[in-house]
Amino acid sequence: MLEVKDVTVSAGDRQILNGLTLTIRDGEVAALMGPNGSGKSTLAYVMSGKPGYIIESGEILLNGENILDDEPDVRAAKGLFLAFQHPVEIPGVAAMTFLKAALNAQRKYRGESELSTPDFMKRMRTAAKSLEIPQEMLKRALNAGFSGGEKKRMDILQMAVLEPSFAILDETDSGLDIDALRIVASGVNALRAPSRGFLIITHYQRLLNYIVPDTVHVMAQGRIVRSGGKELAVELEKSGYRDYTTESAVA
Amino acid sequence: MEHYRGAKPRLPGGRNISGWRDCCFRAFESAGLPHRRIESWHYTDLRALMRERLPLANPPAGEAIEKLNRQLAGPMAAKRRIVLADGYFVPELSSPLPEGVRVRSLAAALAEDRPGLIPLLSCGGLGEEDPVLALNAAMMQSGALIEVGPGVAVNEPIHLVYAAAAPSPVSYFSRSVLTVGNGACVRLAEWGLSPGGPASSPRQANAVLAIDVGEGASLFHSAKAGGAASGSIQLDSLLARIGAGARFETFSFVSGAAALRRQMFIRLEGADSEASIKGVSLLRGREHADVTLRLEHAGARCRSREIFKYIADEQATGVFQGKIRVLPEAQKTDAKMLAKAVLLSESAAMNSKPELEIFADDVVCGHGATSGSLDKDQLFYLQSRGLRFDEAEALLLEAFAADVIDSIGYEEVAKRFRNAVRAWLSARRRTELEAEPATA
Repeated sequence: MLEVKDVTVSAGDRQILNGLTLTIRDGEVAALMGPNGSGKSTLAYVMSGKPGYIIESGEILLNGENILDDEPDVRAAKGLFLAFQHPVEIPGVAAMTFLKAALNAQRKYRGESELSTPDFMKRMRTAAKSLEIPQEMLKRALNAGFSGGEKKRMDILQMAVLEPSFAILDETDSGLDIDALRIVASGVNALRAPSRGFLIITHYQRLLNYIVPDTVHVMAQGRIVRSGGKELAVELEKSGYRDYTTESAVA
Repeated sequence: MEHYRGAKPRLPGGRNISGWRDCCFRAFESAGLPHRRIESWHYTDLRALMRERLPLANPPAGEAIEKLNRQLAGPMAAKRRIVLADGYFVPELSSPLPEGVRVRSLAAALAEDRPGLIPLLSCGGLGEEDPVLALNAAMMQSGALIEVGPGVAVNEPIHLVYAAAAPSPVSYFSRSVLTVGNGACVRLAEWGLSPGGPASSPRQANAVLAIDVGEGASLFHSAKAGGAASGSIQLDSLLARIGAGARFETFSFVSGAAALRRQMFIRLEGADSEASIKGVSLLRGREHADVTLRLEHAGARCRSREIFKYIADEQATGVFQGKIRVLPEAQKTDAKMLAKAVLLSESAAMNSKPELEIFADDVVCGHGATSGSLDKDQLFYLQSRGLRFDEAEALLLEAFAADVIDSIGYEEVAKRFRNAVRAWLSARRRTELEAEPATA
């Protein structure tokens, strides 16, 4: 379970998150929607520990433990995963080599034994197949020269191999065509489990046709301003975010 | 001056050689020991670095040779090697060479005093304006003259080993020559051997390797510089003339070098040749490493690629000066030079000075130099997948050096240098972990 409790965050001289509170239970797929500048990506970055943000107040509890003082690698080992909006290119580092190092680093932290190369290869091949990622792409440098869709699929592959307990997908649909979207969505859906929670951050309702959420939250000006079921997304598609921006201005 | 006059009687050579030495010394004297205001030495102020001149090394004693013999045995035993101890060629420590390859002592050749030796030693006058080269010619004690016959294809690498012999701090001047006959194919690996630990004493070394690659010949050359005792000053010069239709590849690896200047004067004299001039320099502490390259395209349709990568930590300083000169007759030249540095601390520094002088009008030439810290987004991305900060850093640094090393055509050589990078990164992490204050 992930609990964001009254979190206020600033960067530079701007306050971006204003006492944000949000809970995602195990097994829940929650969507987070909102206009540009509402702080959606900031929330994702603050959860994963990206430097450059000042946590003014509040807590983020992952399975009961506050992770705001943890390094990003510790949060990963505790079960957190962030699928980036713009996955980073790492030339010179083979995707396969990196993923094995990452998985074993996490397992080491948790006191688990390292996964042997054959076991790792098996896990990776299975995931790669279902995401239609060819074997040779795994030997290439991570994300170097990959198309937008290929990068996003690589991130989902990583998620499948690392088996997080809580995954944040930051605008996973941005830059994807319908086919890529379908593959990514099926990859995510295959990972839905009672022990795993998801926070799907998106602008557009379209992704949510493929990854059907249990809950939809609307964020505006650094706070959650409305929550509802999956129908809320459809409603937003029709009416836009205008109502919410005026609402929060009044509040 | 007194130092030169005092040493001269012991230096081999009759009237011809002695005349050349005097000439070179005068050239050195007029410029003096390079300092900041001499453009080519702006970033490496030898006058400031070389406060005192160490005494000239003597030929190695029997005991020292014994010790080196033990060090060179074991994994080195099977290899083809030519050993210079404090600049002196030591046949007893060297091994028999493959068919078609000959070596003789420079000291012996100098003693013969044949004037024809001079153009061979000076590599056709390459870099003769440089004071350090001139000083080397004036003071050279010995070295190795290596000759690979025309058409000879040597399958195994030949090692040119620079060993430290004397237990006390000394200086030495060595000059070696490698002549690769037309159509021949050979590999030469240069590296240093020092006893290490308290047994090693600082050196002021001035070593020159002059290379002549004949028409249609192929040479792969690597040099591993650094590793001498702290307080050492290493001045390495590579002179190379490349004939037509030849292939010349040279890779310089620098690590653990207290104060090093590696200068290369390379001329592509014939047409249709290829040159690959690359290097990786790893610097920490207060180390200073200066790689200065002067490459001249004098033949048409030659292709050259120059890539130098630096990683500088703590208070280390890296210097790269690369000048490509394309002469009017070198039409259809294709030359690209790149220098990239990663600075790991606030006090690390990198000075890059790429230059292009183009006198032909139908060429493709480019140069670039970048320096900065590791990409924060890349670091965070790796960390967010579970790698600790230091692990993520090491991965990126290894990748940074890797593409230059991966381009080495010989896998066992590439592997050795990859391992050397990893060893350097591990040593760095160990020091950092030790320095970390214990958490309460």
